[in-house]
Amino acid sequence: MVDIRYDLAFTLYPYEKVAAQDHPPARHPVVVIGGGPVGMALAVDLGQRGTPVLLLDDHEGVGQGSRAICFSKRTLEICDRLGFGQAVHDKGVIWNVGRVFHGETPVFNFDLQPEDGDKFPAFVNLQQPYFEKFATKAARTAQNQGAPIEIRGRNRVTQIDQHDTYAVLTVETPDGSYQIEADWVIACDGARSPSRKMLGLEFKGRVFEDNFLIADVKMTADFPSERWFWFEPPFEGAGQSALLHKQPDDIWRIDFQLGWDIDRDAELDPANIRRRVDAMLSSQTGTVPAYDLEWISIYTFQCRRMEKFVHNRVIFAGDAAHQVSPFGARGANSGLQDIDNLAWKLELVVKGLAGDALIESYDMERSHGADENILNSSRATDFMTPKSAISKVFRNAVLTLAQKHDFARPLVNSGRLSVPCIYDDLPLNGPDMMTGPARTRVGASCPDAPFGDGFLLENIGGKFTLLVLNTQAPQDLCEAGIEIETLITHTPSAELRTRYLGQHDAAVYLIRPDQHIVARWPTFDETALRAALRTAIAKDRV
Amino acid sequence: MSLILHPNIKNTDGFYDTLLGAHDGLSKSESDAFNARLILILANHIGDREILTQALLAAKL
Ligand SMILES: Cc1cc2nc3c(=O)[nH]c(=O)nc-3n(C[C@H](O)[C@H](O)[C@H](O)COP(=O)(O)OP(=O)(O)OC[C@H]3O[C@@H](n4cnc5c(N)ncnc54)[C@H](O)[C@@H]3O)c2cc1C
Repeated sequence: MVDIRYDLAFTLYPYEKVAAQDHPPARHPVVVIGGGPVGMALAVDLGQRGTPVLLLDDHEGVGQGSRAICFSKRTLEICDRLGFGQAVHDKGVIWNVGRVFHGETPVFNFDLQPEDGDKFPAFVNLQQPYFEKFATKAARTAQNQGAPIEIRGRNRVTQIDQHDTYAVLTVETPDGSYQIEADWVIACDGARSPSRKMLGLEFKGRVFEDNFLIADVKMTADFPSERWFWFEPPFEGAGQSALLHKQPDDIWRIDFQLGWDIDRDAELDPANIRRRVDAMLSSQTGTVPAYDLEWISIYTFQCRRMEKFVHNRVIFAGDAAHQVSPFGARGANSGLQDIDNLAWKLELVVKGLAGDALIESYDMERSHGADENILNSSRATDFMTPKSAISKVFRNAVLTLAQKHDFARPLVNSGRLSVPCIYDDLPLNGPDMMTGPARTRVGASCPDAPFGDGFLLENIGGKFTLLVLNTQAPQDLCEAGIEIETLITHTPSAELRTRYLGQHDAAVYLIRPDQHIVARWPTFDETALRAALRTAIAKDRV
Repeated sequence: MSLILHPNIKNTDGFYDTLLGAHDGLSKSESDAFNARLILILANHIGDREILTQALLAAKL
């Protein structure tokens, strides 16, 4: 039996019996467990690379309800490479203005103006079920174009047996159980990861003793598309902080940080919720707009991670590997960076072009990302819920000073929004041979810029690329069996010059398939380039 | 010279963490005393009476 744990927003991969269920275990190069945003995006990425991938999810589609809403620019860029960035962008709500309040008092406003020359804005807000639906659609489109992706709904993994060079999965279906062998298993089965438990692995970190009431309300009234955040909200029983944020389809996300000792049933009583929501919505205008409560739920949050993300043939990604509190929108956004990092590595390893050291680098690079995310979201949580009397004294001093003085504003922490992780000083990095702009240093993900009729990032995803600015380099380079695409321009746009040349007249960048920078030089140097590529695929490491 | 009131600390969040970390485990009176010592140390570092006067004004509500 495969019981239903949650209701579906969209049915996308109904259960169908497959022949494999009546046969001895078949071997697959890659099996992904879990079709959430992370697992589904990974399946698309692998399939588009021609790496056969089988995705198993224990439901038949996307779960209903309110989870991630803020998707970052980096996520949009990754999704664009996978063919669904535009869909997420077009359905999403773009917001720029944020207002911060302390009690009744406005503290300050900020404006997240989109950066000139980037295809995508800093953030869009979109309900997670839509995001997952677009990801699944991209998988279907890729399938139709011949990508080797298979999705099996209502297939629940119940057991994992590790062997030296493969793993055996036991899978439960409505027609009974069967087994699958996999060279690599990627566990994307969420924060409660059954895979993690099956392998007896720990998930350590901090539990924040706090409950968050999440209410999505629908209102057609004219209300600004802004992010409003309150420290110590003045609405009765609203807790330590509150957040109001716009989503598509006239939905607003409202968050109340309620504290630890609460009466869940009382808090979930719609009459109770309406009292607070009324107070919040009317706080700036004095009138309560008409609205419906669409979805209500209470969450607690943790900041924790697995000690290692790679366990022999089982690799963990997304919430299964690490979990953060929601401030900064670093959950799904970091999971997307995980699979961006992992897919090309798996492709090379499955093709025999790279060894296990490349998979190990996933652990190093994404551990670095997870630590950064945990640090940032823990700090935000501590700012909102000061741990001691003196922390609160300082916090409130910051909020008071920020009303009058610029300097205190960067200290105000209502969540540090997710930005792409930079893999500084990690083993896959090659040399940085120019004193170029800091944001395009080795390890960084490429910032976008206008390029030809479109954008740079549209031209460099998926493969190793040599970006050549105002100088020459050969086409058709190949090293260690890997083809390097050469992209030359002698007429870089102003943004491309600022971001990639700085004070230099010319530059050569070696860029990974996940658009992270391996190395850069002021001129083309073939020997150095070949060495950098070998470093980037951990070729000579054991 | 006038008092700097625009952001001037690199890695603001890291600094804030360290500042609060310095109070970990202190009682209320120990924290107050710590803050007083810290203010005197920073004031001495600044030295300039004009700036210190401006800072006292900026801290007033
Ligand atoms: C209130 C809230 C607000 C949030 N806001 C944001 C935000 O604004 N931005 C952001 O980036 N993140 C946000 N997050 C975090 C985000 O929702 C998660 O990080 C994201 O869902 C993780 O995706 P995932 O694919 O790793 O896991 P999940 O989405 O949990 O997917 C796991 C999948 O695995 C399947 N599965 C589980 N067990 C098995 C099994 N045994 N066999 C087969 N399949 C299995 C599940 O059915 C599910 O489909 C928020 C979270 C919450 C709770």
